[in-house]
Amino acid sequence: MILVVDMNWKRGSLAFNEFVPPIVSVVQPLEECVVKHFLDVKQAELESYSKIILSGTTLKDHATLKQIEKFDWIKTCGKPILGICAGMQTIALVFNVPLRACLQVGMAEITTLKENPLFQGKFNAYTLHNYSVEPSQNFETLAESTKCIQAIKHKQKNICGVLFHPEVRNQEILKRFIQSDSLKMGTTIS
Amino acid sequence: MRLGVLFSGGKDSTLALHLAAEKEEVVCLITVVSKNPESYMFHTPNIDVTALQAEALGLPLVSVITEGQKEGELADLERAITEAKSRFQIDGVVTGAVESVYQASRVQRICNRLDVWCFNPLWKHDQIALLETFVEKKFKVIISGIFAYPLDEKWLGKQIDAQVIARLVELQGQYGISPSGEGGEIETTVLDAPMFKQKIEVLESAIEAKDNCGVFQIKQARLVPK
Repeated sequence: MILVVDMNWKRGSLAFNEFVPPIVSVVQPLEECVVKHFLDVKQAELESYSKIILSGTTLKDHATLKQIEKFDWIKTCGKPILGICAGMQTIALVFNVPLRACLQVGMAEITTLKENPLFQGKFNAYTLHNYSVEPSQNFETLAESTKCIQAIKHKQKNICGVLFHPEVRNQEILKRFIQSDSLKMGTTIS
Repeated sequence: MRLGVLFSGGKDSTLALHLAAEKEEVVCLITVVSKNPESYMFHTPNIDVTALQAEALGLPLVSVITEGQKEGELADLERAITEAKSRFQIDGVVTGAVESVYQASRVQRICNRLDVWCFNPLWKHDQIALLETFVEKKFKVIISGIFAYPLDEKWLGKQIDAQVIARLVELQGQYGISPSGEGGEIETTVLDAPMFKQKIEVLESAIEAKDNCGVFQIKQARLVPK
């Protein structure tokens, strides 16, 4: 069972349709999934899920970033987690990685910097973000655009984030996250 | 949250309006009237009908005219949203974008510049399911433009019903046509919808068609009780 976390600013928001069902439509044919708003995620219930996906949000929605204490479970649950856009920004803040202003909207070329089970080489992806993250000792940088870091992976934990939206273009990345046994990283691509 | 809906009078923007009104307060419609029939951004047939649709909905309409040149259209859209922001204090904009990254990202950039929210409640949704929604929710949607082979003038003026959807799905299989017209294959005009307080009656219309391009032009229409 996959948990898809609705990261939008309130339960049942107008943005839900835009950011959550497109993820569910990719995941559901591969594995059953449950959707919960971030305010409703309970640490004690997380054991029943195999993996967790954190959705993106609209450009102006920074609600999760202002309530980062609600995401302590990211550190402790031990489940593979993929954060998309606001999901990646939230993961970064949970581990005290600072955000960096970086506006990208529309298609952008993404370059893979480190071998990983989710994507490889150069590819075009849909971006919609006001912030990226600073480089960090605790995270590998998996990919970048010409403007900023686009994907990260925690060095010790199965937690990764992509700033671009794989549910819009590159749905196979979501499928690989669901189907891969581990998020073990390979070598850095020079 | 006070919202303005980018409104072409076609099926997708009308459905987006309905979804937005279920969650937030829709305070105006925003229409960009393009003089260019091949506009990159804006649905064109029967755009004049939007004034009647706005009246049927009981919502004010912010309407600006564009010459329809590629980037000029965007400046005109920005002008329209700016006007909606100052006249109706909107906090956000709603679009009927389903698949087009081109359209969606341009509206997103404008909203970001103007510091308003941008919502796309139909984004990435299954096109056939969306078409079926119009039938289920009793929208009266007619095909008012055809722009792709093998569509011909027989389609113009037809109401979208189960039979039309079945035929569009067949054409998707045979010719790769997007069944909801996401690639600009068809354009639509909404004559009635659940939020309409009155419905539109077409009094005079004309079909202008050549080969696989054509429009159902509404020449005269009025509001009548539902």
